[in-house]
Amino acid sequence: MMVENSMPTLSRFGIGFLAGMEWKPAQEEFGALPFIYGTVVSSLIAVLLAVPVSIGVAVFLVEQAPKSVARPIAFMVELLAAIPSVVYGLWGIFVLAPFIREYLGPFLQTSLGFLPLFQGRLTGIGMLTGGIILALMITPIVTAVVRDVLEAVPVTQREAALALGATKWETTTIVLGNAASGIAGSVVLGLGRAIGETMAVTMVIGNSPQISASLFEPANTIASLLAANFAEATDKLYLSALIEIGLVLFLVTFVVNALAKLLIMSVASGPDRAKHT
Amino acid sequence: MTFKKTVYMTMVIAVVLTVIIGAGCSGQKMGDGQNTTTTAGSTIQLQGSGATFPKPIYEKWASEYGKVNPTVKIDYQGNGSGAGQKAILAKTSDFGASDDPMSDDDLKTASGEILHIPTVLGAVVITYNLDGVKEPLKLSAQTISDIYLGNVKKWNDEKIKAENPDVTLPDADILPVYRADASGTSAVFTDFLSKTVPEWKQKVGMNKQPSWITGVGVGAKGNDGVMGQVKQTPNSIGYVELTFAKANNLPTAEIKNKAGKFVSASLDSVSAAAAGSVAAMPADLRTQITNADGDGAYPISSYTYILVYKDQTDAVKGKALVDFLWWATHDGEKFGKELHYAPLPADVVKKVEGKIASITNGGKPLRQ
Repeated sequence: MMVENSMPTLSRFGIGFLAGMEWKPAQEEFGALPFIYGTVVSSLIAVLLAVPVSIGVAVFLVEQAPKSVARPIAFMVELLAAIPSVVYGLWGIFVLAPFIREYLGPFLQTSLGFLPLFQGRLTGIGMLTGGIILALMITPIVTAVVRDVLEAVPVTQREAALALGATKWETTTIVLGNAASGIAGSVVLGLGRAIGETMAVTMVIGNSPQISASLFEPANTIASLLAANFAEATDKLYLSALIEIGLVLFLVTFVVNALAKLLIMSVASGPDRAKHT
Repeated sequence: MTFKKTVYMTMVIAVVLTVIIGAGCSGQKMGDGQNTTTTAGSTIQLQGSGATFPKPIYEKWASEYGKVNPTVKIDYQGNGSGAGQKAILAKTSDFGASDDPMSDDDLKTASGEILHIPTVLGAVVITYNLDGVKEPLKLSAQTISDIYLGNVKKWNDEKIKAENPDVTLPDADILPVYRADASGTSAVFTDFLSKTVPEWKQKVGMNKQPSWITGVGVGAKGNDGVMGQVKQTPNSIGYVELTFAKANNLPTAEIKNKAGKFVSASLDSVSAAAAGSVAAMPADLRTQITNADGDGAYPISSYTYILVYKDQTDAVKGKALVDFLWWATHDGEKFGKELHYAPLPADVVKKVEGKIASITNGGKPLRQ
């Protein structure tokens, strides 16, 4: 159905739709590249920030913390997942954006300002803010899944490691190695959520379809574009362009997930095989 | 393994729930549908959808009209002017609402003649976040256009200084904030700039969803989104509906009108703009009143419209709709003031009366 409804733009722009840089509904110019870029980069930022934190929290909860501490913390982390995305967005506008503008941004510019990533003017609204909000949103999900995975690793594994004289830290690394494929799954799950998030991103990313090296510049994602515009699109060609970009979102999700799976499979199987031989 | 099982279980439960909820919803909708094909005597439900700008007054009208005529229940969904136009074209609502008039092309695709009934007047104001600036800024269309085109980048630019000699402006980058979604507010704002600045007309033009210059400013969704962004970002500038600015005590700029005077947005200056353009109102009442004549006219004013089919298919509902429109444009106007909507000028009310009287059901006029 999506293919059928996106026929008008498919036939008119062809493959150029994917490579086009301009998105100007008023002039009937539609190019999806800035949105694809925004979607991929913001999700990557989110995953890069969220996964280490999530694994850390999960390891703490399962391996280190006493039950009396772990239970309430686990509960609170899972509660984070229940917060509506609009609330995350509002928090982003009122707390995170000023924080980035006043503290994090200037700090990054003085310490890492030689990188094009951290140049340009600071408004508090942009790709980095969007990525951080997404990271916060996927952390509870990734944490919850990693925690389940770690708990699923048999106790005998830990006991065996300890019996062989491994330290607590060494035991944890062994457990993590065994849980690698499950952790991989959690990353893909988090990535999927980050790619598809709409409202919170719309509120902090700046909604400007441009490709800029700087993470402080405004950008836009496909999901955010659809959320902001789908209800209002009256023009037939415009509607078709929106549906086609939805189709592109499908493809992006598919490709990114496939890549993530491949990457993780190679990582996960690597050390395991090494251990067995 | 257990983890996989849990995931499968959750998925199964999710699917089952979706099916159940989905079935529940569609069942309810069918029930509603049966209710709305009304017979005289029972409650008549009128469904409207569209512009967010007049939502407060339409909701007020719905509740006040409920006291006058308890058998009619009006439901208004504020989902944007574009959605209102789409709803009336697709006949998913009994009436649509839009800030900017429908285009000729869209009207041609309609299955019947659509009437534009102006209901109240509003204005778009320029708001800003400048620390330490107490007095209202004075801005001309040229300056606003330069800011949004990226020609003027700093607050202490000579162009802004020239219009505000008494204001100490900071040496800071301007962050323009615009609407990321299609909106009547953008249409009115860009219409004003297109009429007055040739460079704007050529580069951006008038549109519900104009093509903003890449690299200049950020977009936000909805009036509240723009407002939040401006409130939170020092040295930013944005445009929102007058009602929003008043309700949130935002600073607003005085805008230079056609007569060369700097005028702040108020009910009086908006009414003055309407009065200055009544003579030029076309027969179908579709008009933009930006850059209107008159010393006291606020130049970024606009009507907001209710869209209805001239020929109503349901006699009972059609009659209820016509009576409601009549009441709204007469007795209803007095509720506008506290919500910061300017009432229609008397001459326009006369024209509206003619339009409402022309609504028919199967050739018979519905207004007696």
